[in-house]
Amino acid sequence: MSNAPVDKGRRRFLTVATSVVGAAGAVGVAVPFIASWNPSARAKNAGAPVEVNIGKAEPGQMIRVEWRGQPVWVVRRTPEMLASLEGLADQLRDPNSEEPQQPEYAANLYRSRKEEFFVAVGICTHLGCSPQYLPEDFGEQVEGVKAGFFCPCHGSKFDIAGRVFAGVPAPYNLVVPPHYYIDDNTILVGQDGEQA
Amino acid sequence: MKRLVAWIDERIPMTKTWNIHLAQYPAPKNFNFWYLFGVLAMLVLVNQILTGIWLTMNYVPSAEGAFASVEYIMRDIDYGWLLRYMHSTGASAFFVVVYLHMLRGMMYGSYQKPRELLWVFGMLIFLVLMAEAFMGYLLPWGQMSYWGAQVIISLFGAIPVIGDDLTLWIRGDYVISGATLNRFFALHVIALPLVLVILVFLHIVALHEVGSNNPEGINIKKPKGSIPEEEKPKFKFHERFTKKYDIVDAFPFFPYYVVKDLVGIGIFLFLFCYVIFFAPAMGGLFLEPPNFEAANPLKTPDHIAPVWYFTPFYAILRAVPDKLLGVILMFGSIAALFVLPWLDRGKVRSIRYRSGFHKVNLAVFVVSFVALGYLGLKPATEVYTLFARIFTFLYFAFFVLLFFYSKNENTKPVPERITK
Repeated sequence: MSNAPVDKGRRRFLTVATSVVGAAGAVGVAVPFIASWNPSARAKNAGAPVEVNIGKAEPGQMIRVEWRGQPVWVVRRTPEMLASLEGLADQLRDPNSEEPQQPEYAANLYRSRKEEFFVAVGICTHLGCSPQYLPEDFGEQVEGVKAGFFCPCHGSKFDIAGRVFAGVPAPYNLVVPPHYYIDDNTILVGQDGEQA
Repeated sequence: MKRLVAWIDERIPMTKTWNIHLAQYPAPKNFNFWYLFGVLAMLVLVNQILTGIWLTMNYVPSAEGAFASVEYIMRDIDYGWLLRYMHSTGASAFFVVVYLHMLRGMMYGSYQKPRELLWVFGMLIFLVLMAEAFMGYLLPWGQMSYWGAQVIISLFGAIPVIGDDLTLWIRGDYVISGATLNRFFALHVIALPLVLVILVFLHIVALHEVGSNNPEGINIKKPKGSIPEEEKPKFKFHERFTKKYDIVDAFPFFPYYVVKDLVGIGIFLFLFCYVIFFAPAMGGLFLEPPNFEAANPLKTPDHIAPVWYFTPFYAILRAVPDKLLGVILMFGSIAALFVLPWLDRGKVRSIRYRSGFHKVNLAVFVVSFVALGYLGLKPATEVYTLFARIFTFLYFAFFVLLFFYSKNENTKPVPERITK
């Protein structure tokens, strides 16, 4: 032990310098722990597009396929269903598809490339359940509308173009994934196609 | 033997710790059955850790193997079904005793000064317990596991700006997948139990620092020298407690309350075993029917509800027709409990000496909590949603009203001493 007087300035400098270097080190060490929770390279690569054959779809039928691990619906809508889309605007949250929940080419009344076929990610925009397709019995949920989608988890309601009704927990319309028609009988889900 | 004890005591404070925390620890003499639930919670924790360790010996944490490995445990491992039912029933039992333990604290004002930190540690335990239960529920990889996790993780998506990235980070994939399952497994069996045990330790350290409250809410620590020698209990308490205070109306925790607790443990185990052997699924409450079907990412079960112990908070979430606000209210319902010691500005602890209005208020709170729990199990029809809104309002009204009336509450005079 020396009896030299304490150099407080020097002590303070050393304390601060050590703390700063230590804190920087702690932040650096935290990076791998936090970053390892991100989707792995394998998970990122698993998003290959999916072909859907719609040639045999009956009017009113829904085809379910898996794309990026999510359910994707292809519904062949009847003329009656398409007619029901008009005149709902005042009951809907986003009737004109202003929120970016769809590619540009689907930002129309029918939210689709071709009126007849509705392609959507079957995941409720509220908390991620998969809504039920009610081609006949949707009237129990919304009076006077025969067909639509109803989420059993928290009661969110969507019309047959996936537009969300007002007054339910879901904030947005259903997502329309990028897709295009390879030919009249085949849809490719996951790509916008050449013309887009 | 004596020499062995002395040898150890010179090296680690064994006898001293035993005396301070058990043999010479003063516990108020008027504990009733509400004071069993703390020790029962510890018993269930031990049950969960033990059975959990044994379950991991055969469980396979992967999307491909999880569901089959649980079936394997149930069917092919000797007594595997028993270990699993002890674990799954233990999860529900944990929440039963913890909810009753918390209600005890609310009735007798055990969160009031100087026990605020004790209460906060308890609330942290509750929070970690919920995370633990939620992650454990994903592991069997059944339909309810899958979609329950989907909903709960999506809750974080309601946070503005960072929400979507945050949910992606939590899942580790674009949907719930094996990556999610594996990290939940790691957290469920290593990280959270460690945190839980540390928090329980701190909870008890905090309790033994300030001493237990009691049904009368009367302080058993009196100013030094204020109590005549003949009125003091005829027990030896550790000088750590008697140095600053005169202790009155108390027993040493060991053996008196240990024996009492053993009776309570006996009754509890009787009920616990009844459920394990005769009603392990509890009519779909403890183990939900859709969970006997393997996870299917393309199809949500027609009716999904969380396990019963989450339903009160779930009902609050559902009652609000706005995503972000619903999530805020749900977390708010738990946050309100956290700050209870500061919302209650009253000086009288026990409900026995508080105003009639407070009694009604607490009763309405309990009814609301139970009603919300029931509603959270039901589908979201219009009538149920209306009721959920009413009870959500009453739930929060408890805290708001308490804050205002507790400052100038019309309380009864609190006796100096515990009389019985």
